[in-house]
Amino acid sequence: MDRREQTAREFLDSLPYARALGMTLVHIAPAEAGLTMPHDPRLIGDPLSGAIHGGAIAALMDTCAGLAVVSHPLCAGSTATLDLRIDRMRGSRPGRAIRARAQCHRVTRSVAFVRAEAFDGDDEAEGAEPIASATGAFTFNRAEG
Amino acid sequence: MSVIATPPEPVQVIKRRRDAALAALVSSVPYIAFLGITFARCGNELTFTLPYDDSHIGNPAGPALHGGVTAGFLEASAIVELAWSQLWFEVEEGRVTPAALAEGFLPRLPETIDMTVDYLRSGLPRDAYARARIVRSGRRYASVRVEAWQDDRDRPFAQATGHFLMPASDPAPAPDPAPAADRG
Repeated sequence: MDRREQTAREFLDSLPYARALGMTLVHIAPAEAGLTMPHDPRLIGDPLSGAIHGGAIAALMDTCAGLAVVSHPLCAGSTATLDLRIDRMRGSRPGRAIRARAQCHRVTRSVAFVRAEAFDGDDEAEGAEPIASATGAFTFNRAEG
Repeated sequence: MSVIATPPEPVQVIKRRRDAALAALVSSVPYIAFLGITFARCGNELTFTLPYDDSHIGNPAGPALHGGVTAGFLEASAIVELAWSQLWFEVEEGRVTPAALAEGFLPRLPETIDMTVDYLRSGLPRDAYARARIVRSGRRYASVRVEAWQDDRDRPFAQATGHFLMPASDPAPAPDPAPAADRG
């Protein structure tokens, strides 16, 4: 485990709500992150379809986006969400784990801009249809120098 | 010729029917219980409460509520508000009966199309409250605004706008296409 990965795991483990939802790190790179969350019947939002509640998916995408911000090479310290817009393409299929990936594609001195996507399943297949996509703005402390 | 006036329904009967309808709606969604969201009803107006829990923290240094907890609270409030606005008429007009509610009636819930959450200040480690307002409600699409606050109603810590796909309404019980023999 390299240093970046260790820092990301420690960051994730320090967030009580990420632990409550069982989030685990699956990818970390400069300004990028990937997380997964196991299926949990307590997180169902639509009892008729068995789809996971949008709020739980929002929590996963928000955490993943925050992780992409703090893993940005210019980030000095923590971050907080300013706004998050989530588009919901479809409900998750019953019994599926939820996976998210995020990329911090632009930073200014005080703001980081992030895009994220969520999928229902562990498969990394390219061209898999996302269940949701998100764009967000986060607070950012730029490292000097 | 005498006029026989129907006596008004006793208030307890009305309240019991409406509270049962709301309870049935809310208890059908596991994630609402997971977050611990509770509801206060004044007529048809709802106020949502998110009781503080240590597991809701997203930034231990603050400590501050996780943005996902706030987003989930706002989204759940918007969906319940919309579903309740439909269920209210169905119950009041007798299309959904107290007996059906007691038997585990599952309402068809609106589906989120998109949701934009503004984080106005960090969520403090204490109870949060929300009210949702249906800005537009069409046959197919609805737009809802939700505002959440903690100590001071005039200082919201988050707000959201969402668009939702409404479930197709069933104005009359549709004739069952399945032959009676198939119904066991």
